[in-house]
Amino acid sequence: MREMKSIFKASNVVKLVFIVLTYLLVQFLINIGIITDYYQTTLATICINIILAVSLNLVTGFTGQFSLGHAGFMAIGAYACAIITLKNPTYAGFIQGVAAGAILSAIVGVAVGLPTLRLRGDYLAIATLGMAEIIRIIFTNLKITNGAAGLQGIPRFINWTWLFVFTAATLIIISNFIKSSHGRACIAIREDEIAAEAMGINTTKYKVAAFVIGAFFAGVAGALYASYFYFLKPNIFNFAKSVDILVIVVLGGMGSLTGSVLGAAILALISTFLQRFSEVRMIIYSLILIIIMLFRPQGIMGSRELSLSLFKRAASKIEPKVGKERS
Amino acid sequence: MLEIKDINVHFGGIHALKGISMTVQRGEIVTLIGANGAGKTTTLRTISGLKKSTSGQILLDGTDITNLSAQERVKRGISHVPEGRRVFPAMTVLENLELGAFLRRDKANIAADLKMVYERFPILADRKKQLAGTLSGGEQQMLAIGRALMSRPDILFLDEPSMGLAPLLVQEIFNIILDINNAGTTILLVEQNASMALKIAHKAYVMETGSIVLSGTGEELMQSDGIKKAYLGG
Repeated sequence: MREMKSIFKASNVVKLVFIVLTYLLVQFLINIGIITDYYQTTLATICINIILAVSLNLVTGFTGQFSLGHAGFMAIGAYACAIITLKNPTYAGFIQGVAAGAILSAIVGVAVGLPTLRLRGDYLAIATLGMAEIIRIIFTNLKITNGAAGLQGIPRFINWTWLFVFTAATLIIISNFIKSSHGRACIAIREDEIAAEAMGINTTKYKVAAFVIGAFFAGVAGALYASYFYFLKPNIFNFAKSVDILVIVVLGGMGSLTGSVLGAAILALISTFLQRFSEVRMIIYSLILIIIMLFRPQGIMGSRELSLSLFKRAASKIEPKVGKERS
Repeated sequence: MLEIKDINVHFGGIHALKGISMTVQRGEIVTLIGANGAGKTTTLRTISGLKKSTSGQILLDGTDITNLSAQERVKRGISHVPEGRRVFPAMTVLENLELGAFLRRDKANIAADLKMVYERFPILADRKKQLAGTLSGGEQQMLAIGRALMSRPDILFLDEPSMGLAPLLVQEIFNIILDINNAGTTILLVEQNASMALKIAHKAYVMETGSIVLSGTGEELMQSDGIKKAYLGG
């Protein structure tokens, strides 16, 4: 009963309205031709990167476990979906592919998480990095993945609307998890693992849970990637890809979901607009990252969320008189 | 209520606890004193399940809890205020207290206990929306104790509650410990401030390099010449 009530809370309605408005706005921009086919690729990248960043944020930003292997889970989802839809090029095949990718990725998450999450900090980062490299090398050497040449002509079953639905669903699920008592336990582990254990929180269980949920959604993102971009090869999922995802999380703010959304959108837009300056593109991109981190070392959002109350507070700061009269 | 029999703990090759045995009766304040590195904190952590023992037995009300997880021990009424307070800094005071009741599902009683904690520590009620990391040392210690009380413990472990606090605050913390004990909670207290601890303790154990070298009532130990020299400054 309580769960039912909480779904209809005002803040959830606001979120839903905001999600629908975002969709309508982007759809409108597509219809009137401002977002051309070319920019639709950017849009797809943004959606996929949001799913990747939000799922990594759960592990690294909220639970405090530094993972450098997110591209590995993305690869599992991508190849699983690609292989299944190549064999069964129907919508049913696609849905099976996404499900298989996410579940396989989660299973690998359990297998990797149980032993490695006993490690802390740098050691965990190296272990997860090694895991992602092993996955990549396996895919380079398997016959079913067509080795280093990769898979081509993966049928596309996904469009902007579907991407948006998947992205919104991921955000809602992970945000609800974080607000639940399970999410509280994860944040407590980040804050102080020994104190969390003294409170009776099963730290291993929650670290593995966060890691597996993160792996699951990275698998979903990989599957969507495979279906949208036709083409896969193992090198897409290298160490640099894991770092790219981590950059979005750090830039948006560790422990802020809306920060990850903003981070993914801003970085994708910057890199799209920099396509025109191809020679100096990476230099400018890196400079922008350095400048943002110099001025906002805690990331764009820090650990706060973008919400109505934040806007209200900002507004009352700009117009202190009006704010006082209202209160 | 708590009986520890011949506990041994190793950190890698280091033999940290060498056959510790002690008992705590219901309703008592028992204190564990000794120099730095004697193994006091390790003893507490071993009993509350944060550290595994290599051999020995821990009995709580007659049941063997030696192999239970920390989580199970909290459920059975052990609550541990760790050394250095260890509040959750980026969470509010209220969120910290709520996490103290993490394993409980009895919503109404949790609300009542929260009220009880606020009554005991009015400063926490004033600061319930403040981030715990911005509290002063004394307030953080009160929060750490309040958080531990939120699990409704039968026995409360306090690890160096007076560490780094001004003398006036130390007195206040010890008064609070007495209050909690008078309200029916058994207390196992680790302290460097031996004179204060011995004053309020029913029973005391003295540790040296991983072993218990002396035990007795608080009174007895305060009169003992060795203790006076080593811990009470003359």
